[in-house]
Amino acid sequence: MKMKNIIIIILFCGCFSSNIFAQQNSKKAISIIKEIDKNMFFETQIVTSEMIVYGKRKNRTIRSKGYSKGQKNNFTEYLSPEREKGTKMLKLNDRLWIYSPATDRTIQLSGHLLRQSVMGSDLSYEDMMEERKLSEIYDVQIIGEENYEETSVWVMELTANVNNLAYHKRILWIDKSRYIPLKENLYAKSGTLLKTTLFRDIKRIDGRWYPTKMNYKDMLKDGKGTDFIILEIDFNAKIPENYFSKASLKK
Amino acid sequence: MIKFIFKGIVRDSSKSLIPILVITVGVMITVIMSGFLNGIISDIVSQNAKLDTGHVKIMTKPYADNKDQLPNDLALLNLKNLTDSLKHEFPDLIWTPRIKFGGIIDVPDDNGNTKTQGPGIGLALALNDIDSREIERLQLTKSLQTGNLPKNKGEILLSDDYAKKLKVKPGDEITYFGSTMEGSMVFHSFKMTGTVRFGSPMMDRSTFIIDIKETQQMLDMNDGTGELLGYFKNNIYNDERASEIAKKFNSKYIKSNDQYAPIMVTLKEQNDLGSTLDIAESFLGAFIFVFILSMSLVLWNTGLIGGLRRYNEFGIRLALGESKRNVFSLMLLEASIIGVIGSIFGTILGILMCYYLQEVGIDISKDVENASIIMPSIMRAHITNDLYFIGFIPGLFSMLLGAALAGRGIFKRETARLFKELEV
Repeated sequence: MKMKNIIIIILFCGCFSSNIFAQQNSKKAISIIKEIDKNMFFETQIVTSEMIVYGKRKNRTIRSKGYSKGQKNNFTEYLSPEREKGTKMLKLNDRLWIYSPATDRTIQLSGHLLRQSVMGSDLSYEDMMEERKLSEIYDVQIIGEENYEETSVWVMELTANVNNLAYHKRILWIDKSRYIPLKENLYAKSGTLLKTTLFRDIKRIDGRWYPTKMNYKDMLKDGKGTDFIILEIDFNAKIPENYFSKASLKK
Repeated sequence: MIKFIFKGIVRDSSKSLIPILVITVGVMITVIMSGFLNGIISDIVSQNAKLDTGHVKIMTKPYADNKDQLPNDLALLNLKNLTDSLKHEFPDLIWTPRIKFGGIIDVPDDNGNTKTQGPGIGLALALNDIDSREIERLQLTKSLQTGNLPKNKGEILLSDDYAKKLKVKPGDEITYFGSTMEGSMVFHSFKMTGTVRFGSPMMDRSTFIIDIKETQQMLDMNDGTGELLGYFKNNIYNDERASEIAKKFNSKYIKSNDQYAPIMVTLKEQNDLGSTLDIAESFLGAFIFVFILSMSLVLWNTGLIGGLRRYNEFGIRLALGESKRNVFSLMLLEASIIGVIGSIFGTILGILMCYYLQEVGIDISKDVENASIIMPSIMRAHITNDLYFIGFIPGLFSMLLGAALAGRGIFKRETARLFKELEV
């Protein structure tokens, strides 16, 4: 009888402690992801960047200037090369328009067309449009701690808690000291690894850590992926409201 | 003797009617099946050749490895030099470049904003090069549903279903949105001149046709092409010659270090057409074998019944001194004549049915509307010369086999017991 009671108590304690541990893990994971959101998301942002697309025969460098407000509005103007110059993209909520000066046409993209590659890069329009905070759309848990490229990191697994996300699962390697991802693997619902992103040249800008060089690699394509290099970035700058209207495309 | 046997067959219909009917039905089925199978296979092959594979096709090696993805960044360059040397080396073929590319066709409203749009597959053809015979080969003039073929720069032709889906009509302005060979964004406005029906659900779903020169400029592929197709000048695919040409061409590049070296493939080496043809031939052979076997069993049975009925006749003939071998030979001769008569009737009926299936066909467009391979939307039979005699092989052979099996009884009869058996 005594033995039976002891076993029940041990089992109860085991369950209780593992539950407490899971809760603690979850709380910690949420707080980490919120810290990451603080670093990676912003009220407004003006960024001049270069996208280097490594082609099979030649590489292309595309320069653009983007204006973002919150998580929903973005306006991008392509500055070079000549073929892309003057092309503009406007994202308002979940809609995307592209303007071409050569034809003076504005085309709206929606649905599965957003999964197409942007200018031959490893990024899709959907990737460029997804700006919701990770903490709002994913359930998180810490699945390990390790050293990644001589930096102590948490390995975190994010699972979508909303429908229609481009990536159902993400695994992130988070720098423990700077709360910034160093690497990210993006998975489909089937478990297939779709993309890998490497975050490099992390700098302290306006009181936050921010990666200024990213390499996006579409795992379903050959090649070296696409580098995205931030040349200039201005957080919380004042952006006139008219940038985020369709009229701005033809200006 | 044949005249005598023939008279016997005609006058005594009870010994020939059922075998003739059985042979007629069997031969008719063989002819229809053979004609229909020939028709389907030759339509699939010819449509693939016209729309996709050519009689031979040249691509770069990496393009060939990924050709389903339409990887124009791996396209053939220095096209003019390559075409000139091919024309010189293989003058029995016509060489024509084609570019296949993906993109979106966007239809603007009055303010230039998107009204309708849909993804499609572009097919760039040498429309303005008469020597390429592309218009004739793809029967574009005959297949026009509305409007005209593109003649000038900035004109585009849409598949009829695609145009209906996008709600555009000839004369409307539309914009192509896609990417160049290297991935840059492309916006290009066109005037839609007409619609066409290819007769292949996959192509009819969402294809647009542009002249290749304009496409090369649009996609930054000057003097380049995704695929270079070769067609025999007589328009008939000759697998032996095609393999010989491909072997000769490929031998020049086999040791090449160039990552983008060209490679030539024959029609049979593409789209699983080789295995499709082999399967079809095996299927036809198996069908004829099963037919001969089953018909022989039926005719054996008929022969046995006939043998029983003619038991007395054979007995009297043997009693009168006719040799068993001679009775058996005459029985086989009679079976041959019945086989020929049945085969003639069966062939005539089969050819008539094939003619109907050739002219009208069976519409399978609803069943294959989502097909990802090129196949005709109407399955038709083809009347070829072999249909006039193919039915005679199983018709005659099964009748002979049936009669031979049934006639074995003749040799088992003992002459000494004939009079007792005949109750004389």
